[in-house]
Amino acid sequence: MSLLRLSLSYLRRRPLTAVLNALLLALGVATIVVLLLFSRQLEDGLARDARGIDLVVGAKGSPLQLVLSAVYHTDVPTGNVPLADAETVARNPAVASAIPLALGDSYRGAPVVGTTGAYADLYGARVAEGRTFAAPFEVVLGADVAAARGLAAGATFTTSHGVSDAGPAHEATPMRVVGVLGATGTVIDRLVLTSIETVWAVHDHREGEALGGGPAAPADTAPGALPESSRVVAVAPLAVLGPQGPSGAAPSASGSPFGLAPQPAGANREITAVLLRLRNPAMGLLYARSVDDVENLKSAIPALEVNRLLDRLGLGRTVLRGIGVLLMLTATFGFFTTLYNALKERRYDLAMMRTLGASRGTLVAHVLLEGLLLAAFGLVLGLLLGHVGASVLGRALAADQGFRFTGLAWHPGEWALVAAALGVGLVAALLPAFQAYRTDIAETLAVG
Amino acid sequence: MILVEGLRHAYDDGTPVLDLPRFEATQGARWLVLGRSGSGKSTLLHVLGGLLRPRAGRVVVAGQDVGALAEGALDRWRGRHVGIVFQRLHLFETLTVRENLLMAQFMAGLKQDGARVDEVLGRVDVAEKARAYPAALSQGQRQRVVLARAVVNRPAVLLADEPTSSLDDVRAAGVMDLLVREADASGATLLVATHDARIRAHFEHELRLEDGVLAGSADGEMPKVE
Repeated sequence: MSLLRLSLSYLRRRPLTAVLNALLLALGVATIVVLLLFSRQLEDGLARDARGIDLVVGAKGSPLQLVLSAVYHTDVPTGNVPLADAETVARNPAVASAIPLALGDSYRGAPVVGTTGAYADLYGARVAEGRTFAAPFEVVLGADVAAARGLAAGATFTTSHGVSDAGPAHEATPMRVVGVLGATGTVIDRLVLTSIETVWAVHDHREGEALGGGPAAPADTAPGALPESSRVVAVAPLAVLGPQGPSGAAPSASGSPFGLAPQPAGANREITAVLLRLRNPAMGLLYARSVDDVENLKSAIPALEVNRLLDRLGLGRTVLRGIGVLLMLTATFGFFTTLYNALKERRYDLAMMRTLGASRGTLVAHVLLEGLLLAAFGLVLGLLLGHVGASVLGRALAADQGFRFTGLAWHPGEWALVAAALGVGLVAALLPAFQAYRTDIAETLAVG
Repeated sequence: MILVEGLRHAYDDGTPVLDLPRFEATQGARWLVLGRSGSGKSTLLHVLGGLLRPRAGRVVVAGQDVGALAEGALDRWRGRHVGIVFQRLHLFETLTVRENLLMAQFMAGLKQDGARVDEVLGRVDVAEKARAYPAALSQGQRQRVVLARAVVNRPAVLLADEPTSSLDDVRAAGVMDLLVREADASGATLLVATHDARIRAHFEHELRLEDGVLAGSADGEMPKVE
């Protein structure tokens, strides 16, 4: 026999009331758990995918869209920029490294990224099967793409114009899978990587078909497709940056800074964006302003844009947190009512406990323990609901948004939630406990 | 033993409820406290059991000056040395019969002794109900369990308040036999407060109260009240 056994026995006597009250607390706890896990994993994921990228340069447009499209691949690109401009930016001495991206196509929802081997290195991705792309129309799959689409080295497929399958297919230029990357837990897992030359070749072929009266695809109307006109932009001189650049160092004039083969004169090649790592990240804002002054170019600092994005989500998060807290407060009143009414019915029990030798302190401990048990039940239920709910939500988001989210994680803030939930039990039990403390044995026994 | 000297108690509004100049009961003696409702019988039992602190007087029970004990110590002392049977046959409904007795040991701060619990339940003939909840007990079984709980800690004093008033003659006699037997088995001093004169035959001594004042013998040497 123990106080725990006694308190549990009283809770078991009214299981429905206990469960309903605990459920109220559980819903509050679960809401906050999902919010904590979601917030932390969203912030971690955003930071992980942008690690090593100080600046993104692309076509004029929204800087947030530029970051979302070039870093997180969750939005359509703002347009294309002349390769020559991008190379000028990359050659600047302030730039430690530059990775070109050619976007705009997809395979069954997975973005196709024309880039260089440096892109995989940025995320620490290694080829787990096969080899990396080398020749035109060779692709390497991110781990999630390969798993979800059931593809392996040797498979072939055709890509679609735009970010969804609704766009016209590039049927004349099938891709061949030559390798699969190991999982990294970053955005690269859900991408199809190929060379920039492949992307150019696919679109050269398609434009050739259109000009020659072949099966012209309405590229401008494809969801997420780049406007064709954006590929025919004037190559403006980088007046602010070049030829000396912000640091005054002379750019290298020999070869592409991206390691691309020399392009024929008048080719007017374009890419979608460049991911830059600066020698001095603190110079990011200054360098960004210089880039923005150039016609056709727009820069964005991922860290700033992510903060803006999170700020926009802030109101929603505050509302959700408020709902969670409100549920927990409601649970406090529910607990209080339950304990208060139960205690009124148990006055004789309390007096009898005193008769058997229990001190006033024992009675107080008994009532507080009952409140704590009720809260602990709600807490455990809430944590379970929260983590299971987060897992379910994570799967839905992974399917819809390609966002990795797991319920099998523990947020340090959950410790505070544990304390708060148990605090709910204690606070709700305080007044009933005080009543128990004041139990007059003789008077209660006399009333009977 | 019990020794009471100059005991006086009154309600909060000052109405006197008990005035007992002297009362002494030797260890193991059986005393009947007789009186009508409101005569102060229950108040005397509450004072002797340490449930109520009197306004004045000295009360020594089982060698302990009850008034000298601080509240916490008084609680522990009561749990270990006093067994009380009330008219209302109260048991903890959420616990089994056996757990109700273990609870008495636990609340008194004693080591929980399952063997002792089983022995006492056997003595009052409810061993087969040990794992039953009180709701499943008959009135007679409940009365036995309440008695078992009162004696499980081997009290020096066993107090009973109107244990037979709602029972017929046969049942009343049965309860009294049980009370006396268990008090004797524990060597406890037995005090039964009642207005039920049917059970006088079970006692060696009587104490009659009227309006809180001694109306009959307060001394074991005195003749029984007729």
